[in-house]
Amino acid sequence: MREYLPVLVFAAVAVLFAVSTIGVSTIIVPRRSSARKMAPYECGVEPVGDARQRFEIKFYLVAVLFILFDIEAVFLYPWAVAFRQLGLYGLVEMGLFILVLVVGYLYLLFKRAFDWN
Amino acid sequence: MNFPLLWIIPALPLAAVGLNLLIGDRLGKRGTAWLACGAVGLAFAFAVRAVLRLAGLPEADRTIVENAYTWMRVGDFSASVAFLLDPLSAVMCLVVTGVGFLIHVYSVGYMAHDPSFRRFFLYLNLFMFAMLTLVLADNFLLMFVGWEGVGLCSYLLIGFWYERPSAAEAGKKAFVMNRIGDFGFILGMLLLFAWAGSLQYDRLFAIAPHVFVKGAAAITIATLLLFLGATGKSAQIPLYTWLPDAMEGPTPVSALIHAATMVTAGVYMVARCHPLFLLAPASLETVAVVGAATALFAATIGLAQNDIKRVLAYSTVSQLGYMFMACGVGAFTAGIFHLMTHAFFKALLFLGAGSVIHALSDEQDLRRMGGLAGKLPWTHGTMLVATLAIAGIPPLAGFFSKDEILSRAFASGHSGVWLVGLVGAALTAFYMFRLYILAFRGPSRLSHEAEHHLHESPPSMIIPLVVLAALSAVGGLVGQPMQEGGHLFERWMRPVFEGAGGEAAAPLSPRTEWTLIALSVAAAALGIYGAYRTYLVEPGLAARLRERLRAFHQAVLHKYWIDELYDALVVAPVYHLSQRLWRFWDERIVDGMVNGVAYTFEGVSALLRLFQTGFVGTYALFFTLGVLVILIELGRR
Amino acid sequence: MSGVPFLLPVDWWALGAVIALSGGAMALLLLEFLPHGPESNRAALVSLVTLLAAGASVFVVRDSRRALFDGMFVHDGITVFFTFLFCAIGILSVLLSWDYVKRTRINRTEYYALLLSSTLGMVIMAGSNDLITVFLGLELMSLALYVLVGFRRSHLESNEASLKYFLLGAFASGFLLYGIALLYGATGTTNLQKMTAVMSDSPMLENPLFVVGALLLVVGLGFKVSAVPFHMWTPDAYEGAPTSVTAFMSAGAKAAGFAALVRVGLSTLGAVRTDWVPVLSAIAILTMTVGNVTALLQNNVKRMLAYSSIAHAGYVLVAIVAGGRDGASAALFYLAVYSLMNLGAFGILTLLGRGTEERVLVSDLAGLGFRHPGLGIAMTVFMLALGGIPPTAGFMAKVYVFGVALKAGLVPLVIIGVLNSVVSVFYYLRITVAMYMEEPQAEPTHVSWAVPGALAVLAAVALTLWWGVQAHALLDQAQRSVLGGM
Repeated sequence: MREYLPVLVFAAVAVLFAVSTIGVSTIIVPRRSSARKMAPYECGVEPVGDARQRFEIKFYLVAVLFILFDIEAVFLYPWAVAFRQLGLYGLVEMGLFILVLVVGYLYLLFKRAFDWN
Repeated sequence: MNFPLLWIIPALPLAAVGLNLLIGDRLGKRGTAWLACGAVGLAFAFAVRAVLRLAGLPEADRTIVENAYTWMRVGDFSASVAFLLDPLSAVMCLVVTGVGFLIHVYSVGYMAHDPSFRRFFLYLNLFMFAMLTLVLADNFLLMFVGWEGVGLCSYLLIGFWYERPSAAEAGKKAFVMNRIGDFGFILGMLLLFAWAGSLQYDRLFAIAPHVFVKGAAAITIATLLLFLGATGKSAQIPLYTWLPDAMEGPTPVSALIHAATMVTAGVYMVARCHPLFLLAPASLETVAVVGAATALFAATIGLAQNDIKRVLAYSTVSQLGYMFMACGVGAFTAGIFHLMTHAFFKALLFLGAGSVIHALSDEQDLRRMGGLAGKLPWTHGTMLVATLAIAGIPPLAGFFSKDEILSRAFASGHSGVWLVGLVGAALTAFYMFRLYILAFRGPSRLSHEAEHHLHESPPSMIIPLVVLAALSAVGGLVGQPMQEGGHLFERWMRPVFEGAGGEAAAPLSPRTEWTLIALSVAAAALGIYGAYRTYLVEPGLAARLRERLRAFHQAVLHKYWIDELYDALVVAPVYHLSQRLWRFWDERIVDGMVNGVAYTFEGVSALLRLFQTGFVGTYALFFTLGVLVILIELGRR
Repeated sequence: MSGVPFLLPVDWWALGAVIALSGGAMALLLLEFLPHGPESNRAALVSLVTLLAAGASVFVVRDSRRALFDGMFVHDGITVFFTFLFCAIGILSVLLSWDYVKRTRINRTEYYALLLSSTLGMVIMAGSNDLITVFLGLELMSLALYVLVGFRRSHLESNEASLKYFLLGAFASGFLLYGIALLYGATGTTNLQKMTAVMSDSPMLENPLFVVGALLLVVGLGFKVSAVPFHMWTPDAYEGAPTSVTAFMSAGAKAAGFAALVRVGLSTLGAVRTDWVPVLSAIAILTMTVGNVTALLQNNVKRMLAYSSIAHAGYVLVAIVAGGRDGASAALFYLAVYSLMNLGAFGILTLLGRGTEERVLVSDLAGLGFRHPGLGIAMTVFMLALGGIPPTAGFMAKVYVFGVALKAGLVPLVIIGVLNSVVSVFYYLRITVAMYMEEPQAEPTHVSWAVPGALAVLAAVALTLWWGVQAHALLDQAQRSVLGGM
């Protein structure tokens, strides 16, 4: 278990740092509150209307689709790094992987998932 | 294997079920009746043929196994649909198909006006199939198939008129009690398999003496569990209360299932397993005591019932007690002998009662009957034979079998059991004649309506009654006592029960035997006389004496004094006791226990439902708690 | 690094099921855009063909044993048995869904594509010889199921069921992954064979990493088979899901979870059996008892069958506790029989009701036995089978499981099991009683007859009875499959 000691030390330091900075600031910071200070963007533009607005569902759809393809694309990086070792096998595997993604993409396309209206 | 097609005996009723399901709606009532009765009649014919072949074999070889089909084979374990015909299953098979056939014929008349005619015969044939499977099986597994099958059919048939809440309730009660028994049976079966490695009768019985030490705990537990199964099916203490309620079913069902065949399955099972029970003397002792207790107990309750079918139901419970009593003292032959004669006269009694009920437009209360002897001559005559038979009057069937049980009990040294049996015999004679007198003798107490519709039953109902009456009259002659080398029935059964404890007991001297016979006949006569005095002679006599013969007051008073003393000391207490017992024991304790089990489960179930809050957080909490508990448990070892 | 795997023809056949199922799912998505009528059965037909092809492909090489992809995936007796089982479950589910999804206006393309993906996940789980592949298959199966459960979009309870199942499923997956990580830490491999080899070299009974890792692995799989106390999602999810999905998941997902447990039990955990027997026995007892007792008071048949499926998981766990090849083949046998009878029972429920309505209360079944004798008989057969009453297959399955447990000396477990199966008959019979001995209170339930659904129910009835009287054929198969295991 000895090899884990640095990890433990690191974790302790991280916790200590976080606790101490927050703790010190809560102790020494002066508090003088005013209405303007409690506003959402204290030194920005004037807020207009309620922040709890409803968003259109389409945003969620696009966001989910983005994350989906984004994360799948990340898998391309390790393959790129080990491209030469993996050789033809890797190429075929990745081709299949992308094929599956493309089918999904086509389905979304035909289903007009990207169509804003 | 040139043996004549054993499998066809259970297959015939099953085929009738199939045909009834497929084309029953096109057959009409006539066709359905022919189909159902024909199949069972044919099965009877095949059974007779098979038994004749069996009888033709030398005595030592009278065991025939027919492997119809291998059900499963797993390593050294195999279960097959194999049928076994030996003298024991031959008797059972003949009784089931023979009496079953008569009751099928009777039902055609009895159920003629029921809208669910077809459904009735469907269930009845299904029952025949299951019962024949049970009887002819050559291993426990197949027997269990039949065992469950007859239970299911019994449940369906008790609740046949399911529109009546009481019928549905009775079906449920029967089912609950039988499940308790089945639990014991399954467990006993599994334990035997675990310890002895086989469920096939011949292999198991051959291995058992080598595996189990006589009287060891293992075999005692296993046999007691099997016996628990038997008490459920055969309505013995403590699982007997379902049988009287089962009278909610149509009367032919009561005759077939709840008198002649299914309820005797427990006795058959104990007799079949006699090699195991003989290894466990404590279990046998339990069987004897439970049987004797039930015999006496149910008889006392029978004294007080007014419903004609309920009297018969308690009487059945009591007679089944005699059969277990016989098995318990090691007299298996006598138990099976009584099973056979009982099937004859009890089926007859039920069918006769059915004929009475039919004639009186569904009246079942003995207080509203009376004086039917002249109006229903056939029913009356046959019922009288059956009543004499069950009372144990020689030379009718019941005399021989009951006397044999009593003398065997005495011979094997169970004099307490013998005494209980003797008292029970007197009570049996009393309540059976009470029933007979209230229904057939004395003045008519019929309602005007019933009087108007009174009619003797159709021939399809009368003929089975006559046949059964003949059997009840002469069926016992195969078991005349004090024959050189045992009587006919005993010689027939010898290959099965050879070496069984009670059979080998030293025979009684003729003098003792005659004394015992005289005693049991005297007990029966006493019971009959008591009923005669109490229910036929006394009421009219009492009225006349009080009104007219005031001059002879003292003498009459004196006479009455004896009668009333008798009444106060014996009849009333017994009557009240039996009322109380019936009320208290049946309704509170036994039903309460059954309901209690149900309530407990419902309570626990309701409690467990509380955990199912519907909140994901709770679910995750229990999940995590579960993991933690297991972790802690693993950490401790 | 072994380089490019060289696949022999036999390997291609062995992978045929996986290829067919993924191909079928993708083809379904693309076919959506070729014109078709609104009542088209194309999606269902394609799924049927795909499942048949998957089964057929494995059938060609049913007797060979191969390890593929560096031993991540194996093709052996157990894989073959479960692939057939999953294809059969898939086919019956497709037949049951045929009319049901049309009637309840579910998007058919997505439905069938997800059904195929889920089946694919099950097949991968059965064939995986590596904890990573187990996880891959499990997630593939589960993710598809989460969506399928929520397919009755307009019904709140369906959405709720889906979300609950998803949240708790993710929770359980966390445990499973953590367990895999700890096992890897303890043994240095995720391959089951290699892990067993490490274990036999240096016993790990005292190693907390291994013990906790194995525990978490069992917990993760126990969630999928709904073992108590990881079962609480089951009633909610089963009740909320479209009935055809409930049928599919109650049979398939459970069998898949047990497939993985059987593999783990035969290899890694088998080495340390003695330590696990008390824990698994306790779980088995709890699972049987809680499932059966809670089922007693349910009025919704779907929910009742959900608790019943929990109880049945307990019976299979008894076989797993018994362990060894006998235990494994008893479990296989039980799972095959259980899948059939459960599919049948739920299948009948898919036929009840008109349009999107659900008629799944016990009272909705009142009088059904007389108005629809065929359905009544079928349901009675399934209830008898689930209750373990001869001569149905359910009885044989119980006999075999309890027989194996007795041989392993687990007498208390068997006693509790038998007691439980006695209790269970009450609620199963309640349904029969409702069908034959009660009159409907309100409007009698409409039955939406459909030929494919009726065919599926008929097949399930026939097999339930056939395996009841012909049990040895299936038993032989189960035993040979286990003997043919890696």
